[in-house]
Amino acid sequence: MLYLGIAAVSVGGLSVLPFLLGDYGTGLLVGLAGYVTLATAWAMFSGPTRYISLATVAFFGVGAYTVAVLNEVLPYPLVLLCAAGIGATMALLVGLSTLRLAGIYFVIFSFGLAELVRQLITWFEVNVTGTLGRYIFLDLGAREIYWQLLALGVCTIGLAAWIRRSRLGLALRVIGDDETVAAHSGINLARSKLVLFVASATIITLVGAIQAPRWVYVEPSIVFNPTVSFLTVIMALLGGATRLWGPLCGAVPLFLLFEWLSARFPDHFSILLGLLFMAVVYALPNGVLAAIEGLRKPKRNGASKEATA
Amino acid sequence: MSLNSRRALLRALPLALVSSLALSAPLAAQDETVTIGYAVSKSGPNATGAGITTIPNYELWVGEVNAAGGLEMPDGSRRMIEVIEYDDRSSAEDLVRAIERLATQDEVDLILPPWGTGGNLAIAPLMDRFGYPQLAVTAVTDKAPDFAARWERSFWMLGGGHDYATALVETLSAAKEAGTINDKVAMISVADGFGIDLVKAARPAFEEAGFELVYDESYPLGTSDFATILNEVQGSGADSFVAFSYPPGSFGVTKQAITAGVNPKVFYIGVGGAFPVYQKISGGAQEGVMSIGGVDAANPAIQDYFARHTETIGAPPDSWASAVTYASLEMLEEAVKRVGLDHAALAEELSTGSFETVLGEVKLEDNQLRQLWWVGQWQGDSFVAVSPADREGAAAPVIPKPEW
Repeated sequence: MLYLGIAAVSVGGLSVLPFLLGDYGTGLLVGLAGYVTLATAWAMFSGPTRYISLATVAFFGVGAYTVAVLNEVLPYPLVLLCAAGIGATMALLVGLSTLRLAGIYFVIFSFGLAELVRQLITWFEVNVTGTLGRYIFLDLGAREIYWQLLALGVCTIGLAAWIRRSRLGLALRVIGDDETVAAHSGINLARSKLVLFVASATIITLVGAIQAPRWVYVEPSIVFNPTVSFLTVIMALLGGATRLWGPLCGAVPLFLLFEWLSARFPDHFSILLGLLFMAVVYALPNGVLAAIEGLRKPKRNGASKEATA
Repeated sequence: MSLNSRRALLRALPLALVSSLALSAPLAAQDETVTIGYAVSKSGPNATGAGITTIPNYELWVGEVNAAGGLEMPDGSRRMIEVIEYDDRSSAEDLVRAIERLATQDEVDLILPPWGTGGNLAIAPLMDRFGYPQLAVTAVTDKAPDFAARWERSFWMLGGGHDYATALVETLSAAKEAGTINDKVAMISVADGFGIDLVKAARPAFEEAGFELVYDESYPLGTSDFATILNEVQGSGADSFVAFSYPPGSFGVTKQAITAGVNPKVFYIGVGGAFPVYQKISGGAQEGVMSIGGVDAANPAIQDYFARHTETIGAPPDSWASAVTYASLEMLEEAVKRVGLDHAALAEELSTGSFETVLGEVKLEDNQLRQLWWVGQWQGDSFVAVSPADREGAAAPVIPKPEW
């Protein structure tokens, strides 16, 4: 009950922030809410199963493209619904055919997926519709977009928390630790992974769909930007992909850091991104939250139990 | 750490960081300087284009204005330019946020546009909302008239795909009627927004002009092997080879045509043909190659601009959008001198005034620059303009082009 109260107050506080922060502050909040949701959704599947997915932008881009194609023919809520439906269907097909891959094969496949989807859309637009580049003239300001992302983010964290306590979450952790043991304990490997993959991908699709009206003009090279996939992974890993609040703790500081870097060191972004990647992987393999806990003596609370689990 | 204090920390952290970002932003413009902001792609896929056409001209212009004592105001006083630049990392979301930041946080006096059609469209609604004039140079779009009407303070300065494609067809038609080339055309196009716009306009225009498209294929962006395509072009009997291509494809198709000895009488490539590096790419065999853009190389203003660009930046500008970018800055400078920094007055002046620039006397029509060169050709060390042929400064096209 207390947690629910705190959560309600925090969400209330977060939703009035755009009124206090002005246009640029709201723009930052859109980016923050977007990446927190992306990283949390990514970690929902990749954290427990340890399947590093670089397919984030494949779904994100499909969401954005759906809005670009449908924004003039359907009312906005229906467009979002269609985007979620398309994302889920695509995740189901992809999941059914590839979740048997493991380790590095899955990483490579997921990276290729984004390129595959991009080329398919390009091929379709070139040969069937004869147009590439679509316009989104929806009257949605940064504030409305932020509120939608905030709502989606809250649902995502709520869903992630619920899954962790459910049998499904436990099953996934066992799968992540050892698939053979999991199979022998009677866990339906394929189904558990598939359910989570679809849920995670649907949320990612929706983030792309919600953010797209900010860009006005959409073409495959704009929406399938691989940087989105890399940033999502590094944010989740920095915070700790196996923890509920880990992706958030990674996404917020990194996002603000990148924003600061783009102003202070506009010429060195790629170098700094690469260095940061290496620092996270080598110095903080389990994320900052785990590192902080490692420095402190483990206490008798939920977090330390996880660490030993 | 207890859950409560951790939550408190989580909530406090973003706020603290946001406020520190706000505080660390450069101080608002002082009276004696003019702040000019821009967000361009310094990393990511758009960085190449921005690095060739947009950033060097911004730097050249700001350096020149400041060396002259600053931007001249209507009262004759001069104010130094202070630049605030951000890297948009080739991401539309980052670009949009950077514009919000420039407009509301840094409160810059003027905002210069980013590189690319997508970028200029992404920021157009914001520029309109904040009231800044937007001199969109590197945006090639057939919808420019609609956009100029939709966002009143936006100016579209590089024409649309339709303009370039039809001008090429006219140039080739003239050669066909003169009997220098046959009526067969082999055409390839890159499968991205730019290639599609051009090819869609070119197909009907070629047919109307009595050409036969004996080869018409599109290839994916990123293609590096054109051997098969060139082979089929070679065998198609076409005198004219037209590639609505994009770098690095434009360079790849050139190199492979040279290697394979494919020598059509007209060799036309898309973006990249007007880049200074093309001379190196073709190993000095660029003579006669046609492409988009062109400059009036005999014009002293252009010669002077090329010399200054080469001296300051260390490389000559490209012969398509660079001069237009620089001209847009000259227009802005002149407009500020006439009416000051008030955005409404500036937009009005840009829309209705005429300006002396490196392109000659320039006057926008319905907020669009139409006085452009559509087709150019390498002749000697210059990429000269050949179309529109009836405009002053146009060179006569050399067809057939000499063999590689």
